[in-house]
Amino acid sequence: MKTTINTQRRQFMVGAAGFTFGVAVGAPALLIGDAQAQNNVGAKLNNWVTIHTDGTVVIMSPASEMGQGSLTSLPRIVADEMDADWAKVKIDGSAVSDPIFGNPGRGFHQYTAGSATVTGYFNNLRQFGAQVRQVLVDNAAQRWGVPAAELSTQPGVVLHQKSGRRLTYGEIAAFAKIPAEAPQVAVEPVATAEFRLIGKDIPRVDVEGKQNGSTQYSIDVQVPGMIYGAILREPVEGAGVAKVDDVAARAVEGVIRVVPLKNGVGVLAENPWAAFQGRRALKVTWGGKPQGAGFSTSRGFEQFSAIAKDPAHPVIDWDKQGDAAGKLKSAATVVEAEYRSDYAYHGQMEPLNSVAAVSPAGDAVEIWCGVQSQTIAVTVAAQALGIPESKVKFNHCLLGGGFGRRGNRDADFVLDSVLLSKAAGKPVKVMWTREDDIHSGRFRPLYVNRLRAGLDASGNITGWHHRGVCDHVMAFMDPVRYNQVKGRDGIALSGINVRSYEIADRLGEGVLVHTGMRTNPLRGIGLTANSFATEVFIDEVAVKAGTGPVAFRLGLLKQQPRARHVIEEVAKMADWQRKRAGRGLGIAYVDYSGTHVAGIVEVSVDKQSGAIKAHNFWCVIDCGVAVHPDNVIAQTESSIVYGLGLALIERISINNGAVEQSNFFDYHVPRMRDVPQMHIKLVQTKNHPTGAGQMAVPLVPSAISNAVFQLTGVRLRQQPMLAGRVKTALLNGDDRFA
Amino acid sequence: MTQMVKVALTVNGARREVTAHPDTPLLWVLREQLKITGAKYGCGVGQCGACTVHLEGKPVFSCLHAIRDVAGKSVVTIEGLSPTGNHPLQKAWIEEQTPQCGYCQPGQIMRAAGLLKENPRPTRAQIVEYMKTNICRCGAYNRIIAAIERAAASARQEG
Repeated sequence: MKTTINTQRRQFMVGAAGFTFGVAVGAPALLIGDAQAQNNVGAKLNNWVTIHTDGTVVIMSPASEMGQGSLTSLPRIVADEMDADWAKVKIDGSAVSDPIFGNPGRGFHQYTAGSATVTGYFNNLRQFGAQVRQVLVDNAAQRWGVPAAELSTQPGVVLHQKSGRRLTYGEIAAFAKIPAEAPQVAVEPVATAEFRLIGKDIPRVDVEGKQNGSTQYSIDVQVPGMIYGAILREPVEGAGVAKVDDVAARAVEGVIRVVPLKNGVGVLAENPWAAFQGRRALKVTWGGKPQGAGFSTSRGFEQFSAIAKDPAHPVIDWDKQGDAAGKLKSAATVVEAEYRSDYAYHGQMEPLNSVAAVSPAGDAVEIWCGVQSQTIAVTVAAQALGIPESKVKFNHCLLGGGFGRRGNRDADFVLDSVLLSKAAGKPVKVMWTREDDIHSGRFRPLYVNRLRAGLDASGNITGWHHRGVCDHVMAFMDPVRYNQVKGRDGIALSGINVRSYEIADRLGEGVLVHTGMRTNPLRGIGLTANSFATEVFIDEVAVKAGTGPVAFRLGLLKQQPRARHVIEEVAKMADWQRKRAGRGLGIAYVDYSGTHVAGIVEVSVDKQSGAIKAHNFWCVIDCGVAVHPDNVIAQTESSIVYGLGLALIERISINNGAVEQSNFFDYHVPRMRDVPQMHIKLVQTKNHPTGAGQMAVPLVPSAISNAVFQLTGVRLRQQPMLAGRVKTALLNGDDRFA
Repeated sequence: MTQMVKVALTVNGARREVTAHPDTPLLWVLREQLKITGAKYGCGVGQCGACTVHLEGKPVFSCLHAIRDVAGKSVVTIEGLSPTGNHPLQKAWIEEQTPQCGYCQPGQIMRAAGLLKENPRPTRAQIVEYMKTNICRCGAYNRIIAAIERAAASARQEG
């Protein structure tokens, strides 16, 4: 406990030390800020907030911006408590530093993932904003010779109502002194706080540049003397290179060099086209016996399904309470079903890439990249070059999508340009082709989920057993975290627990399998499969219990007012009871990291082809205080479209260890014509904000399966619900795995 | 002997001359040689639309047009869509807060500009049909539709 308090306090102190005033208009702010910070407190720290004498307030945003809106939301929290004039706020990407800019909700790691940004930084940024405001007020009080308690603020201004005097924040910046210690200021608890800016809609700061082409992603970066790199990678992780025939590659005009790497072969060229052509001309024999050799999707399903059924197989207890086994034994009825989910691919629109300039002596590097963890990127580069992290200058770019692909501990796509730049002795831009991005993708794992529920004679659930079997994720993508959590891989296993559902006797267990496949978190993480299984199974149980899907869920959520509310609201919005000719409705609910979200989809099925069409999607989300309501809506729309792809069309298949898909012609993602009308309601509650960036993703596959059942009486238990699979299930009258 | 060729073309109203392998896609010439980076690489095979530019006034995938085939032709990218960046579509994109990651949006806007040129009053169904070429992985589709409808409406008012 004490440790936590110290850490928190240290964060405030660091923040306060970084709180600096600009002293001259028009001079470079950072320079003044740093110099001033040293004068005032003797600390060489980056700034969270800089106030210029013209009233401009520069607030740092430490998170990655990949479309989810954190670049705007985090400074908004600071500005709220400091009572800044939002029109005068400028937002700047922060420097790389875990202790200063790390997410307090993620162990002070500068890592943007898990929809944990607003929720993780919220308390600290409010506290820090309040401290900045207090310093401004104290300075004004001192100048006027009045007690600070007599002062108040309006946006960007300190007021002394008694005398009618006022000073703008910019005017205060011209004379302010910064205390060596941050003032102790209490902020109003969320439940009773009246926010100034939080909860109001504003334009996102990154939108302007995104409609005129001026936003610079790392793929757009060019530096003087830069050349291009492309890499042919091993088809199966760990295969390695046995033999390279690069004669044809080197003959391509513009190719400069061929560079052997540990996991592939790099081609350096004067322009990207030559790099790609050279890479295509390489003849590489892959070596070794990688673990994944011989693995295939069908073998994976077979193996995982056998494990799911084997009571003697060792498991990770994920969600254990009461006596599930005993209750299942004594139940009047036992319902049992197996569900399957294929590998799925991130498909961020900006293929992975990075630019690096290693110094000629190899003792320093400058990098341009968009990543989900700046500090991981810096560590990887420093280790690869054997240099101190202080010699890595990292320029963080906006991301053309992330979805979980850009936070892996080995930062494979950053390493590419660092290694090739070192080999070239020049700056290098390495771009993955879309084919590279898929062939060397790191996927949402393959899943087999097996569920059993025991019912009493009245149809109440008495015992619950859920076993989820999938590939290891964290052990591959982040061994550091895997060790920290002692193998309890929350990326893979989240959603195996029943969360809000009131089931006293339950056993949720996970089995992680080393298949040799490359895996990563993918938007919605384990819930995309585990919650799919849970929510379809709940529907199946509801049918056995003779209760409707909405009423049955409400019956399991008697003590959960927030959960009940989102379900009741969405049922109202969708007019749940109304039957539609040729259309089916399906519901799903999830408590995702404390965010309650419920969705209902309306579908039709083309019985000839088996194609499912989603016509309408109603969704209600309660993520507590919504810092930026319109953005929560946007993220929820986005999550529904992402979930739609996973539900219906997105499938990576593996054959002999290698990925079979190549590009958007065989890995299909949702297009405009696939998107239903979306009706989203945000419920603002006075709770600590929880995540918003992916919470609706897991609803979609289960809601669709449930809707197809309502329409056809046929259960679909495997996602994606590809047209061919649906057609077969309709013919068989079921989609059952023995 | 070099295979490189010299090609002259017009980009955003200015005459440009480049030397490149004749097979080089227009996209890479725009981005890496002319440093006009609004058009994005997404798939390289005409599947995603992120690279959409106007060639002789019509939206095309710049990843599928070899530089040798665009000699003497006129290319307009997002940077040249309007002199001040305030094309009705661009304004509507801001009003609707359409972009998320934003990477596909220059392509979406250039595609939508092609649509409005052909059909200033598209129905929702016509928008959906015309825009099927362009992927937005953030799923901002409904806001793209809303922005196109808004831009079409504002153009009607001004017209």
